[in-house]
Amino acid sequence: MSYKEKIARRAAAEIAPGQVVNLGIGIPTIIPRFIEPDFPVVVQSENGILGMGLPTVRGLEDRNLIDAGGSYVSILPGASFFDSALSFALIRGGRLDIAFLGALEVSETGDLANWIIPGKYAPGIGGGMELAQKARRVVVTTTHTTRDGRPKILRECTLPLTAKACVHTIITELAVMAVTPSGLVLRELAEEIGVQEVLEKTGVPLTVPKGTIPVF
Amino acid sequence: MIDKTCQWERLDRYFADGQTVMIGGFGVPGTPFLLIDALLNSGASGLTLVKNEANEDHMGISKLIETGRARKLITSHLGLNATVIGMMNRGEIEVAFYPQGILAEKIRAGGAGLIGILTDIGIDTILKTEKQIIEVHGRPAIVEPALRGDISLIHAAVADTMGNLIYEKSARNFNPLMATAASRVIAEAERVVPAGELDPDHIHTPAAFVDHVVPIPRLTEEYGVLAHHVV
Repeated sequence: MSYKEKIARRAAAEIAPGQVVNLGIGIPTIIPRFIEPDFPVVVQSENGILGMGLPTVRGLEDRNLIDAGGSYVSILPGASFFDSALSFALIRGGRLDIAFLGALEVSETGDLANWIIPGKYAPGIGGGMELAQKARRVVVTTTHTTRDGRPKILRECTLPLTAKACVHTIITELAVMAVTPSGLVLRELAEEIGVQEVLEKTGVPLTVPKGTIPVF
Repeated sequence: MIDKTCQWERLDRYFADGQTVMIGGFGVPGTPFLLIDALLNSGASGLTLVKNEANEDHMGISKLIETGRARKLITSHLGLNATVIGMMNRGEIEVAFYPQGILAEKIRAGGAGLIGILTDIGIDTILKTEKQIIEVHGRPAIVEPALRGDISLIHAAVADTMGNLIYEKSARNFNPLMATAASRVIAEAERVVPAGELDPDHIHTPAAFVDHVVPIPRLTEEYGVLAHHVV
């Protein structure tokens, strides 16, 4: 299993029965692979779908049915289609239980930066700002460090924010961390990962609870 | 009975330099590729385009932008179009980005005869730079002016001759919003039926919003499945 699949598998376990969730680009798009077929969850897509299923079986693509990233998708019984204003009414209006989002940086107070690297990467905002700011819970799925090994989890974000104090849980290939009023708390460790490695690769102090840390 | 069906050859007269043009679609679904080609062939330039994204490289409105016909693009995300991102970075087109749902609401407000909307999206970010901020119920709110176009180009799955429209699946997206928000609304339709054939309960855009219905003779390749998005 790749590190991305490990993160996605752990992220899938965040979903409670009956919840409405949105899957951002990147790692979140592979979360459905790790949801049991009969598990009651409603996946929303910004382009106007509730009740999205798995990617379309090759050869059965429908030219009128894609997710927000452009991939051909299937729908499940009970699905519905709607316009872009209604789609974001659902997001901003408090009907979205979890937004799973990628990250460039996350701060210890749950600030999220994931949409722009000034001068290098500026493709636009898309739906990310509304998802980050208004979903009832924001779960960040990301690699623990950047490609060149620098921590993505910091005291304060250096990049322009997507939203302030919005992240509840951070899931990486090394650990699960919760954003709490007293800072970041280590909740779980990935298999074969030690506390020391997580502490070293996190750019901010991490509270390690007493006792055995659960493993995912 | 009112008949708004219109021949492709007659569209030329509605396009002019400097217009603000709204274009439906989110990716391929709902993008009116043939109407975009008609706009391209009209020669109109100095356009301001409003669309969720710029389609992908060399497709749809990307063709208008790549041929230098658009002065400005009002949009949400260009992640799937490296060509237009390059043009933006070189200053060859002005781009205004909005959060996707806020862009939708600005258009909805324009269509609903409202002056603008109030929102807290981006209130703690660089997005609020140069925005008007007022206090409502003790909370700061960004004032986002409503958005209207001179023309909206719409793609419908089915239209009737009066201009009632029905969209299909994820091809609905911005189409019904833009169909309310321009002085002239032109809809291309995959199928056109006589007025009275559609169930009034199933109509997404009522005929009064639509000025012209252009029947699509044959869907071109651009409307099809994109091979590079097949998993």
